[in-house]
Amino acid sequence: MSAVTIRRRRIRELRRAAPFVLPFLLLFVIVYLVPTGYSVGQSFFAVQRSGLGLGGAETAFAGFDNYVRVFQDGDFLASLGRVAFVGVIQVPVMLGIALVLALLIDSTASKGRGFFRIAYFVPYGLPGVIAGLVWSFLYAPTLSPLTRGFASIGIDVSFVTDSALPFSIANILTWAWTGYNTILIYAALQAVPEETMEAAALDGCSGWKAALLIKVPQIRPALLLTLVFSIIGTFQLYNEPVTMKSVAPNLSSTYTPIMAALRSLSANDFNYAAAQSVVLGALICVLSVFVFRASARSVD
Amino acid sequence: MTATTQSPTRIEPTAEEPRPRRPRAHPFTTVNPASRLFVLAVMSLFALYFLLPVWWLVVSATKRSGEIFSGNGFWFGEHFALVRNIQTLFEAQGGIYSRWLLNSLLYAVGGGIVSTLLASMCGYALAKFPFPGREAVFGTVLAAVLLPAPVLAIPLYLVFSYTGTINTFWAVFIPSIVSPFGVYLSRIYAASSIPDALVESGRLDGAGELRIFAMCVRLMAPAMVTIFLFQFVAIWTNFLLPSLMLADTSLQPVTVGLVGWRELQGYPISYTTVVTGALVSVVPVVAMFVSLQSFWSKGLVTGAVK
Repeated sequence: MSAVTIRRRRIRELRRAAPFVLPFLLLFVIVYLVPTGYSVGQSFFAVQRSGLGLGGAETAFAGFDNYVRVFQDGDFLASLGRVAFVGVIQVPVMLGIALVLALLIDSTASKGRGFFRIAYFVPYGLPGVIAGLVWSFLYAPTLSPLTRGFASIGIDVSFVTDSALPFSIANILTWAWTGYNTILIYAALQAVPEETMEAAALDGCSGWKAALLIKVPQIRPALLLTLVFSIIGTFQLYNEPVTMKSVAPNLSSTYTPIMAALRSLSANDFNYAAAQSVVLGALICVLSVFVFRASARSVD
Repeated sequence: MTATTQSPTRIEPTAEEPRPRRPRAHPFTTVNPASRLFVLAVMSLFALYFLLPVWWLVVSATKRSGEIFSGNGFWFGEHFALVRNIQTLFEAQGGIYSRWLLNSLLYAVGGGIVSTLLASMCGYALAKFPFPGREAVFGTVLAAVLLPAPVLAIPLYLVFSYTGTINTFWAVFIPSIVSPFGVYLSRIYAASSIPDALVESGRLDGAGELRIFAMCVRLMAPAMVTIFLFQFVAIWTNFLLPSLMLADTSLQPVTVGLVGWRELQGYPISYTTVVTGALVSVVPVVAMFVSLQSFWSKGLVTGAVK
């Protein structure tokens, strides 16, 4: 085939694909690339006030000043620490439960498979703020049926003290997302070939041993996917703490990185908010890539 | 009956579940009753954990204002006031709640349909047309899947406020119609479910590319329903973006409105009204899942396996 026909064929394919790809691509550029690029650009500028702040303010190039400020900002660093803490505790617990539940649904030892699948998936129908709203009532110090239940048997519990808050928030996350992850893992388990499990049974490997040694390694890609999405989810924590604020006034307004960036926004500190968003986005990307790499290596 | 290797230790032959779609022989069929019971107990315990808060929501929405935080929180009160609560909900603040519901429906159904169409067209082209630059496009879109919506919300706000489109319908709608995950899912689904021969024979018959795509849509239906559902739920439950973009309460979706009501701490909008509003706001999501169940369960499996 000559170079001319190859080029002609490529142009033909391009022409065919364009009407299908361009509408999405155009909007993708508007919604993803432009805001990302604009924020990165804005993060290198800062508003400089002249005189006593009475004169006009003008925006000037500030180099890495905003980024230096991000890494010296105690509130922002503390918010990163908080989500990391929640993530380190909550993600393994949630995925552990999801894996066990998926294996149990998949095993024929379980009855009522259909019922459990739906029961576990129900919280997915009301994640985010609605889940936060419901739990805000269940956690409310004076109103909560849980607190009153514990009090009636002589145990005083509070879900909204400073030390309890990370766990209360982790519980909302676990409640909302375990079922979703269970369904994803269960779907992957269904794809494990029957022959593999039959062969294992013939070799005398069955029950939990077979599940852990044979099934789990085969669904590694699905587990990895849920892990990455869960880590991302923790770093973008926002809805749950915000709705918790109505019952926990002690909850800091910079509790999570996104809340911190939003506070800069509401203080009209746009350039700094942009820098905070860029740092957070970059951190999430680096973490995701790191998790993918690390688990890809452990496969070999 | 499935052709299991019949084992003498198996006690209950009835315990073998009928699996409608794919009967499979399974090494776990030899489990003894005690561990079967244990498994059932563990699974029931978790079902309780997941269902109890939802149950609280349902029960609380049926109580009178005074009863919601007295007596047993997880059981019905003396009066069954659900109908009255719903009435109060839709009358509060001049009926703003129905406006919020309508807004949410508009954002979620409209955004869901448009994003599914755009994503499946793009995914179809990525799967079926080997055009130059195809992997670069796919790679960029995939990277965007890793960039979460809340992190993007602030940059979006900065751009929309720069262009002066803040506090308009479009400020929420436009970000809602782009689904990188949808492109990913539909590419994978199209690659495995649409035979090249079908596209080729369509071309030989002289059909236009759009016509051929319309034919393939039927094969991609499970993936498309899944994309629509995910996007619908994502838009319906979205809070950060609309709360940033929309100051005008008449443009807000139901999530933003409800959180605003919750922050009033019981007055003038009572907790009962907030709880009833939360319950009502979940109904469309549940209805959507139930009515499309046979489709999305198929699509979900494909997405997770590949």
